[in-house]
This record gives sequence, structure tokens and C-alpha cells, in this order.
Amino acid sequence: MVLGIFVVVMWVLIAIFTPQLAPYGPLEQNIPERLQEPGPGHLMGTDQLGRDVLSRVLYGSRISLPFSLLVIIVAFVLGTIVGAIAGYIGGIWDELMMRITEVFMAFPTIILAMAVAAALGPSLINAVIAMVVVWWPNYARVVRGLVIGTKKNEYVEAARAIGASDFRILARTILPNCVAPGIVMATVDIGNAILMFAGLSFLGLGAEPSTPEWGRMVSDGIDFFDQWWMSAFPGLAIFSLVVAFNFIGDGIRDLADPRMRRQR
Amino acid sequence: MPLYVYILRRLALMIPLLIGITLVSFLIANAIPGDPVAANLGQRAMSDPEIVEAFRREWGLDKPVVIQYITYLNNLLHGNLGRSIKSRRPVMDDLKSFLPATFELSTFAIVIGMVLGVAFGISSAVWRNTVLDFVVRLISILGVSTPVFWLALILLFIFYSRLHWLPGPGRLDVTVMPPPTFTGLYTLDSLLAGQWGTFLNALKHLILPGFVLASYTTGLIARVTRSSMLEVLGQEYVRTARSKGLHERVVIMRHALANALIPVVTVIGLSYGNLLSGAVLTETIFAWPGIGRYAFRASVSLDFPAIMGVSLLISLIFVATNLVVDVLYHLLDPRLRTG
Repeated sequence: MVLGIFVVVMWVLIAIFTPQLAPYGPLEQNIPERLQEPGPGHLMGTDQLGRDVLSRVLYGSRISLPFSLLVIIVAFVLGTIVGAIAGYIGGIWDELMMRITEVFMAFPTIILAMAVAAALGPSLINAVIAMVVVWWPNYARVVRGLVIGTKKNEYVEAARAIGASDFRILARTILPNCVAPGIVMATVDIGNAILMFAGLSFLGLGAEPSTPEWGRMVSDGIDFFDQWWMSAFPGLAIFSLVVAFNFIGDGIRDLADPRMRRQR
Repeated sequence: MPLYVYILRRLALMIPLLIGITLVSFLIANAIPGDPVAANLGQRAMSDPEIVEAFRREWGLDKPVVIQYITYLNNLLHGNLGRSIKSRRPVMDDLKSFLPATFELSTFAIVIGMVLGVAFGISSAVWRNTVLDFVVRLISILGVSTPVFWLALILLFIFYSRLHWLPGPGRLDVTVMPPPTFTGLYTLDSLLAGQWGTFLNALKHLILPGFVLASYTTGLIARVTRSSMLEVLGQEYVRTARSKGLHERVVIMRHALANALIPVVTVIGLSYGNLLSGAVLTETIFAWPGIGRYAFRASVSLDFPAIMGVSLLISLIFVATNLVVDVLYHLLDPRLRTG
């Protein structure tokens, strides 16, 4: 977990200080130096337009990291709102909303995301929208379950007895007791979000051409198969970030589960 | 509740779910700004209003959305999924011809994932906190963290491009004729036809995409097996078994494993459902003519009869594997059977 935090912090710092760290601009072309192997001048080589792969990988952190987080945050907020309302009101609304989440969950994630992203047209924001469409039902269901469990507590009844409004009860009394497991789940999901985001871009459904996005860079490298560095390094960047988030996620899950703590 | 009543009830519950699925895929296909006309006609054709008009009429795009949806449902009831705009063939035929390739690949991958994952998980739990446990945990976390498309490229580069040990993309070498079709599974069909050369070739072509697909599944299964096994090993009845003086191997294989595997079955089932529903990235990279690649192509060209057909098939597979998993659960866990 410590290693995971270290790697994530490193990538966050890279993302913040990219302009200072990167030896070249992400779009800076240098045709005479195209397709160079990794070496002293270009540590990760150059691509078909002579752009420095290292610089592009560094700039890529400014896309993959914030956009994947954005997906998780928006999906989490949306899912929490829907789930909390469904769980609190109950009855036919609850039933209806849960059937809707079931329909969304019956689609395998990548297929649905792909269809939405393709229909909206490829762009970073549309990829985010597509992924939110796929992701929110998970949180909605978890939060709903927690809200149903929490609203039976006596302190909720107490809040109602002193005349708190439904909104106040839900927002101030119930939800604070439900968010922790949701946050654990969201943290564990960040790695998967990065993977899927890169996957969509790889398929050409995320970042526009020439954007220094890691998944996109890997797919650009396919046409230059023997110039392995074009795909290998951006892929390694995705991999390192996802591994780091998964380490953190595992750590948090163990901490959140007292049984696991005892076993250690 | 007897098992068959449970199954019938679950089947009945699938009907509203399937209707919902058609509705969602229909909404995605229609209510969103993408224009299938622009996606499917060339620039020259687009500039001719008559061609555009004819295209709209041919695909029913000129009618109100509600009418389109009702027509679609009606056709669906008669087993007609419409005609793909791209391939110009009935979607049903397309799906029939792409499903076997996906089935073959995902079955191959799930077998690898199951064998490796369960073996890894058990050994890691039994020898907890040893070097072996550490290595297995590392492998499984790397397995769930690797971008498949990247792994696929690296393996292709090493084993195909550099070492020439394994063939490149596709189900067979270009020079090899596909075996006569019985099942559509090249390995099985070539065996049935007694074509050993074709069988070996098809098998070789399965190895790389199979392992790529299995990487995530193996990691996942290993993690679940490990944690479930650890939980069971801490139970009272395991202690009882040990204190009876049973051999450690008997304790693990007979007493612990049987119970530890119940959650593992769920994960295997769900992963299989996921794989069957088309491994879009892997199939695309390995030019594997399966459902995932079909779905990708349909999405990109906004070929909505195909998108809806493939979504429907995929969700059907998904829901069906869920059902099978739940039934297995009932059979494996005696507590649920009586309860």
C-alpha cells in the first residue's frame, strides 16, 4: 500500500509539473528524428512524427489521471443520489429505480460504454459520459442497500421526531453513515476506470488523434510494430498507475474489513 | 422452494429485463446525436439528397421513433433482428457466424484462468505469508492491473514477431483452410473431420489471445480463492477436523476446499459470462472474428440494428450465466437448498 501511494503521488507530481519535467512539447514534431530507438537524446525514443515519447507519456498523466477520477466522482455522486433516494423513499420508486439499474448492469460494461461513446462521437468528455453511464448503477445499488439498513436506526426516528425534513434526515443523518463503504468501493474502482478509459481511447473512442493519451498512444504504435517503444512505454505508464491504485485499494479494503485486519 | 420453481421464477423475471434492454439499446441507438446516415454513406453519397432519402427510407429512419421501436419488437418476437446496415446481412446470421469464435476463445481462456487461478489461490492461502504467497499475490494483482491491449501487443511482439514461436492474429494461418462446419469451433470441427494439421494450427492461434484474456480472470480467481480459503481455514469445523488428527491434506482438500469454492464458482461464472459477451479489445487486436469485434465495428459505424442485436445477445448470455451461477450455488450450498 505504501508503494502504491508512493507511485500515485509520483504520478500526481508528474502531472502537476509536466511542463517543467518534459524535455519536449507533447506535440512538438521533428521529422528528421522520427522513429528513433530509445537513447540518450530521447530516453523513450520518438514516434512516427519525431515526437518525443517520454514527453508524451509525461503529458499523458494530465489526461488519464484527472479524467478517470472525474468518471469515478461523477458516477459516485450520481449513484449515491439515485441510490439514497430510492432507498429512502422505498416502494414503487425504489422498485423502478432498481429495475433500471439492473438493465444497465445486464450490459457488459465495455459494450455499453463503447456504444455510447461511438454514438456521442469520440472525445475525452464523451468517453467520460459513456463510462459514467456504465458505472453509476454499481454505486446506486450499494448506497441504496446501506440507506435501507441505516434508516431503521433509532437516531433517524429521533431526527424525525424533532421535526427534521426528509431532505435533512437523508442528507445529514443517514448519508454520512453510508458514504464510507461507497468511498472504499470507489477507491478500489479507480484502477478499473483508468483501464477502461485507456481501452476506449485505444479503440479510438476517447481521445482525438494526436492527443498524448496513453491508450491512444498504444494504439498509434500498432502500425509501427517493430518500433516497440511507441506502444510499450505508454502502456507501462497505464500499468504502473493501475497497479498502484490496486495496491491502495487492497490496503483500504483490508483496513475497512475488520476480519481481514485480524488475520494479518 | 423446489429448484425448478426457482428457475422458472428467474426465467419469468428475465422478460421485463430483456424488454428494458431493448429499450436502452434502442435509446442509445436513436436518441443520441450520432447520425447513422453520415456514418454509413460516403461523402459523395451524402451530398446527394435523393440517396440520403432512399437510405433513410430503406432503414425506416424516416418514421417516428416509437413506430420504429414497435416494429423492432414485433420483428424480434418473430426471431428477426433486422438487417445489419454495414454487412447487409440479417443480424441473426451475423451473430450466428460470430458466436462460435467467441465461444471457443472464451472457453479456452476460462479453463486457463480457472486452473491457474484456483491452484494459485489455494497454495497461496495454505502457505500464507511465505514467499509463494507473496509471489502469487503479486501475480494476481499484476493480472488484474495489466491493460489487455498492451499485454496483447507485447506478447505478439515477442512470440510472433521476434521468436516466431506462435502465429499472429486470426483463427488460422492464411494458407490453412477452415475445417468443415459442424459446430463452428475450429478445434472441435477439425478433430471431427480428422484434420490434425488444422487442429494444431487452430490451437496455436488460440494460445496468445487465450492467455491475454486469461490474465485478468486468473488474477481475479486467484484473489477470490485465496481470501475465501483463508476465511474457511479459520472456521471451527476446520479446527475440529484437525483436532480429530486428520491428515492436513485431507483437511484442506475435503473439509476446507469444498466450502471455499462456493464463492469461487460465482466469480468463475461471472467471468465466463463476461468473456462470452465478447472480449472487445482482445478480439480487435487479434483480428478474432467474434462477438466483441462485431460489437465494436457495429458501434463505430452506428449500425444500430447490429448494435441492438449484439446488445441483446450479450445481455442474454450475461443474464443466462448469472442464472446458471445461482442454480449452481443452490446445488453447492446445502443451506440454501433447505432455506
